[in-house]
Amino acid sequence: MLGAAVIVFREILEAALIIAIVMGASRGVAGRGNWVLGGVGVGIVGSVVVAALAGTILEAMDGRGQELFNAGILLAAVVMLAWHNVWMSAHGRALASQMKKVGHDVSAGMKPLSALALVTLFAVLREGSETVLFLYGLTASGTGGLALVGGGMLGLAAGAAIGWFLYRGLLSIPIGRFFSVTGWLVLFLAAGLAANAAGFLNQAGLLPALSMQVWDTSQILSQQSWFGTLLHILIGYHDRPLGIEVVSYVVTLTVIYILMRWVDPSSTRSGGAHRQTSGEKGARNYS
Amino acid sequence: MRSTHVIVAGLLALGLIPQTYAASEGYEIVILNHRFEPAELTVPAGQKVKLVVDNRDASPEEFESKELRREKVIPGHSKATIWVGPLTSGEYRFFGEFHEETAQGKLIVK
Repeated sequence: MLGAAVIVFREILEAALIIAIVMGASRGVAGRGNWVLGGVGVGIVGSVVVAALAGTILEAMDGRGQELFNAGILLAAVVMLAWHNVWMSAHGRALASQMKKVGHDVSAGMKPLSALALVTLFAVLREGSETVLFLYGLTASGTGGLALVGGGMLGLAAGAAIGWFLYRGLLSIPIGRFFSVTGWLVLFLAAGLAANAAGFLNQAGLLPALSMQVWDTSQILSQQSWFGTLLHILIGYHDRPLGIEVVSYVVTLTVIYILMRWVDPSSTRSGGAHRQTSGEKGARNYS
Repeated sequence: MRSTHVIVAGLLALGLIPQTYAASEGYEIVILNHRFEPAELTVPAGQKVKLVVDNRDASPEEFESKELRREKVIPGHSKATIWVGPLTSGEYRFFGEFHEETAQGKLIVK
């Protein structure tokens, strides 16, 4: 039962942390809870469908279906995260200063919630389908129902708890710096997912590895340790990265960052409009 | 005719298409009772190698190797093709993530 719990926890953890970041990043937006819940719900249903089709996906595209499926989902999530960050660079400051003025979260509405709901959906879909397959495998190999349900629930609860801690931790950040922090989190998350996608495309034979191992830090911080796993999910840490993964990581990080600076009103002359309205000194903290 | 050959050779050289033509049938690894058979497999260095992992258990397995940088979920009673390399000489561990206690294997590259 404990074995099942650990594996379910490992699979769930990534989705839970991504949901926590999404919930943080969408703070102050009307109806975000429903959007994110919707993403989780559709993701769970999708997981069962994907798990049921696992054999078909495996054999699709000349035996490369699974890699292409994973890479596609990861890259779609990267695009959605990038879009969110670029949007927040243009509007986040106004949102933060409004929240500060009224002293609590505001319901701003009309934010790129669909993008974040999709990020949630993709995270649940990818990790969820593997969890479903694993749990199905346990029933197939005759492990008792109680151990299965118990282990699964335990793993799920532990994963959800870690996500909740991350979210609460984020909320303790002062609002003046809040969206700057979630912006960086989303940026590194996107770069890490892009690197993972590159790994799958290499496995599918569509991208060259460039180097089988750019560095080896598995003795210092193994990717299989809990801290290594956490860093892998949050910032895309790899203890033995392929060349193409490092390249994808850096390119994604750079491109999104440049887009964010490009639309940021404070990086151009016209941008001071929001801030000049109030003389609050907190405005200086935003940069 | 000749230009087709040149294009195929070029794509193979770039590693852009799996070497379905170039390589043989590949090396078969069977998963049975959550164990790999053979658990140790010797393959040549310096070239792409095709592994065919045949999961004969009813339960799915995730073939995973940190050293080879590969991970693939294989449903019960199905086969998966996994290309690795070109690799330098050495030993590369792989395991089944869903049954890690028993499903352990090693690729010996010479």
